[in-house]
Amino acid sequence: MSTRTTSKQREVLGVSALRPDGLAKTQGTFSFSSDYTADNMLWGATLRSPHPYARIISIDISEAIKIDGVETVLLASDVPGKLTYGLIASDQPVFASEFVRYMGEPIAAVAADHPETCRRALDAIVVHYEVLKPLTSIEDALNPNTPSIHPDGNVFRHQHILHGDANATGDIVVEGEYEIGMQDQAFLGLEAALAYPDSDGSGIELVVATQWLHEDQKQIADCLAMPKEKVRLQLGGVGGAFGAREDISLQVHTCLLALRTGRPVKMQYTREESFFGHVHRHPGVISLKHHVTNEGRIVKIEGTMKLDGGAYASTSSAVLINGVTHIQGPYKCPNAVFDGYAVRTNNPPCGAMRGFGVVQACFAHEGQMDKIAKAVGKSPVEVRLLNAMEKGDTLITGQPVESVAPVARCIRETDALPLPEPLSLSAGTMELPGGSGRTSELHNIKRGIGWGVSIKNLMYSEGFDDSAEARCTLGDGVATLKFATAEVGQGFVVLAQQIARTVLGVDVVVLDRIDTNIGSAGSTSASRQTWMSGGAVDGACRLVRERLFEHVAHMHGLDPLQLIIEDTDIVDTMGPLRISVSEASKGVKITQTFLHQHRKTEELDENGQGNCHVAFAFVAHRAVVDVDVELGLVKVVQIATAQDVGRSLNPLALLGQIEGGIAQGLGLAVMEEIIMQNGIVKNPSFTDYLLPTALDAPDVLFIPIEEPDPQAPLGAKGVGEPPCISVTPAIVAAIRDATGIDLKRTPVRPQDICL
Amino acid sequence: MTIFSPRSLTEALQVLNEHPAARLLAGGTDTMVEINFRHFEPSDIISLRHVQELQVFETLSTGYRLGAAIPYKQFENGSFSHVSGALSEASRTVGSPQIRATGTIGGNLGTCSPAGDTLPVLSALDAQIELSSINGIRMLSIHDFMLGVKRNARVSNEIITAIHIPKINGFQGYAKVGVRNAMVISIASACLIHNMDKSHIALALGAVGPTIIRCRTAEKWLTQNADLSTSTALTTEVIEEFGRLAASEALPITDHRSTAEYRKHAVGVLAQRLLKRAMK
Repeated sequence: MSTRTTSKQREVLGVSALRPDGLAKTQGTFSFSSDYTADNMLWGATLRSPHPYARIISIDISEAIKIDGVETVLLASDVPGKLTYGLIASDQPVFASEFVRYMGEPIAAVAADHPETCRRALDAIVVHYEVLKPLTSIEDALNPNTPSIHPDGNVFRHQHILHGDANATGDIVVEGEYEIGMQDQAFLGLEAALAYPDSDGSGIELVVATQWLHEDQKQIADCLAMPKEKVRLQLGGVGGAFGAREDISLQVHTCLLALRTGRPVKMQYTREESFFGHVHRHPGVISLKHHVTNEGRIVKIEGTMKLDGGAYASTSSAVLINGVTHIQGPYKCPNAVFDGYAVRTNNPPCGAMRGFGVVQACFAHEGQMDKIAKAVGKSPVEVRLLNAMEKGDTLITGQPVESVAPVARCIRETDALPLPEPLSLSAGTMELPGGSGRTSELHNIKRGIGWGVSIKNLMYSEGFDDSAEARCTLGDGVATLKFATAEVGQGFVVLAQQIARTVLGVDVVVLDRIDTNIGSAGSTSASRQTWMSGGAVDGACRLVRERLFEHVAHMHGLDPLQLIIEDTDIVDTMGPLRISVSEASKGVKITQTFLHQHRKTEELDENGQGNCHVAFAFVAHRAVVDVDVELGLVKVVQIATAQDVGRSLNPLALLGQIEGGIAQGLGLAVMEEIIMQNGIVKNPSFTDYLLPTALDAPDVLFIPIEEPDPQAPLGAKGVGEPPCISVTPAIVAAIRDATGIDLKRTPVRPQDICL
Repeated sequence: MTIFSPRSLTEALQVLNEHPAARLLAGGTDTMVEINFRHFEPSDIISLRHVQELQVFETLSTGYRLGAAIPYKQFENGSFSHVSGALSEASRTVGSPQIRATGTIGGNLGTCSPAGDTLPVLSALDAQIELSSINGIRMLSIHDFMLGVKRNARVSNEIITAIHIPKINGFQGYAKVGVRNAMVISIASACLIHNMDKSHIALALGAVGPTIIRCRTAEKWLTQNADLSTSTALTTEVIEEFGRLAASEALPITDHRSTAEYRKHAVGVLAQRLLKRAMK
């Protein structure tokens, strides 16, 4: 970071630059996707199945279409192209026609003059169902005698891993069973889109809150039977994503309605509908058996991971691979025999959510590390340090970890952070478990400390080339950036500006519209945009800088290799020339496009061996909780964390990711769960799906571990997912520590503690 | 659908008499949710916002008369937070600050959910509910007012105009269990009122039965086994037995929020803790 004193610190890399959309978002003037309207616009709405599993006998839309103000009602038979969609396997119907396979599955869509008219039209559609017994358990889905609920079968993927010596044994065997509940991403900005049909009906423009414009474009075009270039997408204001906007939700429906009516159509979900409209985090069961030496070194792991993928494939197969390939945790592990299964049930579909399979794996392996510590008489910190992975170690897939791997340092620096003061005798009710309910008394409270450490892959895996493209134009001292990177709240918009300011020495960086008029940036997920789109913007800016140097060198008869950017000036390192970038770029226009690709990855073989991941990041969490043991209520007091970030490009944005991820991981630890009974979702609202409030949020102590990764274009690793991964097991471990109860399941419910 | 906005109680009662099926709307914090979830199709609505009489607070010789449309916020930490410590504590647990600013105590009675946060307090205080119609005023004990899950004794031409509560010499306290530390629907709650002048302790439980449960057995046993004319510490045995009796009077169900077993356990713990807070 520059130490030069200027009147105003330039908002370059390494500085807590403010986001260009920050003020508007804080003041409530930012337009989210649901805020858009168009002249002559219609509203769209979706008819959804009330049953988790049923055969559709008949659908009668005749009464609905008669309602004044209703313009059209669409069914599966109205889909001109492919009848199904999906990120990996195309197995999910645009509209159900023969069977509904989960509660909330779309059957029809209507367009009308008003949302209330839409609602009445939905009420007037008569669907006759033959209700079937839903398949809702993982064990039933794995049973070969269970009839298939989908032509593609009931198992999305099975992956076997055999690494090293299958017969290796340790001095001690530690076993555990772990269960994870279904978490929702619960972004605040609900699903919304506005579609504008071309006047001749040959194409469409869609403004939508999504994580990946080009993947949406491809899937929509297939369903509409249109060439891709006829489906033009623009990013609407996105109010959070966390994985839930990776799959198609209302995109195809909105386009179909607009094309059918020839008018702009807007769709937006309610909160309740949102719970049915997007995929969730996979619930699952993990069995683990660790063979360890008397000292506590891991010799071998064995076990199974079973994930409930719900009714349709979404990204289940990739989530499973992430889960099984991270099951060893950030620890050395020479031998493994492990099996993972992702199955289809009549529960809501599950797919991407922050942490993507590694959250589930981490909850299990961290529970095991504490059991190992206990078995060998070591502290949680000692046993983790003893096994800590280092650069060059291998995963149980045989892949060497070539990323910077400061696991031990993350643990040590977290351990060095101060613990909170003991509960004071004068602590107010609000500081105790139970909070405003005034349930707790000081003498009922027990404090506990727990640890969680994790490894997370960055970018996509298994041979997928999730490249990113960006374009930079420089003229008259202004840089303009164009990319299709979805800004979902993570802050790429400010990072892109920081990169351009740093590389080009400009202060004014204009961001072009985020749309499909440039190549794909890949998904805003997998902690990948800083690395991938950051690399693309950096690359494009560097190409522009080369052209600029050539231009200046030519004007002044110099070798362009002599020139550098210093602050906002171009400086000749071998002579007196110093000219500002504004001056040098006056009247010129330089445009360069750059495609950033990461190194190639491989698919896994039948034994789960192969270099399937690109890179890794690490983090340690230490949780301190207070527990009202008699009532089973928990207050998370403090989370200390040190995270391997490579390089901190924007400390404020980084802290936002850390604190937000911790809140999300805390939710999974003690309150967030979609409750289901026989495939029926019981709590699809914020009344009963509980998210942490400010009163539930702990103090956070954070240390960034900055060891720039030479593989990363800016030296920086993705930071979005790690904060929410090991904080959940850390909190549950702290509750175990406070209560002495062997908690197997997250979220921990009051009755799990006190009954 | 017609929305009426009467400017006086007389006008409101007349409109209601002519439209007895109309929904009375005060803070709207229950009604709007019902509409959003389509549990309620709005027909005619009578807004009570401009009926000044419903906002009136009076100090009486033996207690207080609380206008039914006074929002929770006024009892939590506003002008009327002094009338009842338990009511103040219960009001704090209602929803968010926005909800507490608009939701009303009369609305809590009108909805009459077993999880209504202020209802255990009104039960333990033996509140009297004032119901007005064009025919006049009738007073009804809270115990006769609450009939079951979201059912009460208000007849269709009546408006809940006020709640009468006594001044109490002694401890009063409220506690509510939710999975989150704030802004959460009760999964079990309790209110304990110690009336030293009458040597009596009242205990009411919320969210553990079809309506609020008064623990008459536990109360009676305590009267016989402890001197309640002052606040003096009780033995562990007495406190535990009181909690056990209270839990045995609960009639909870299992639903997506919690289990019957936990709810029963929780109210027993709350009863003990409140009793300890009262007697020390």
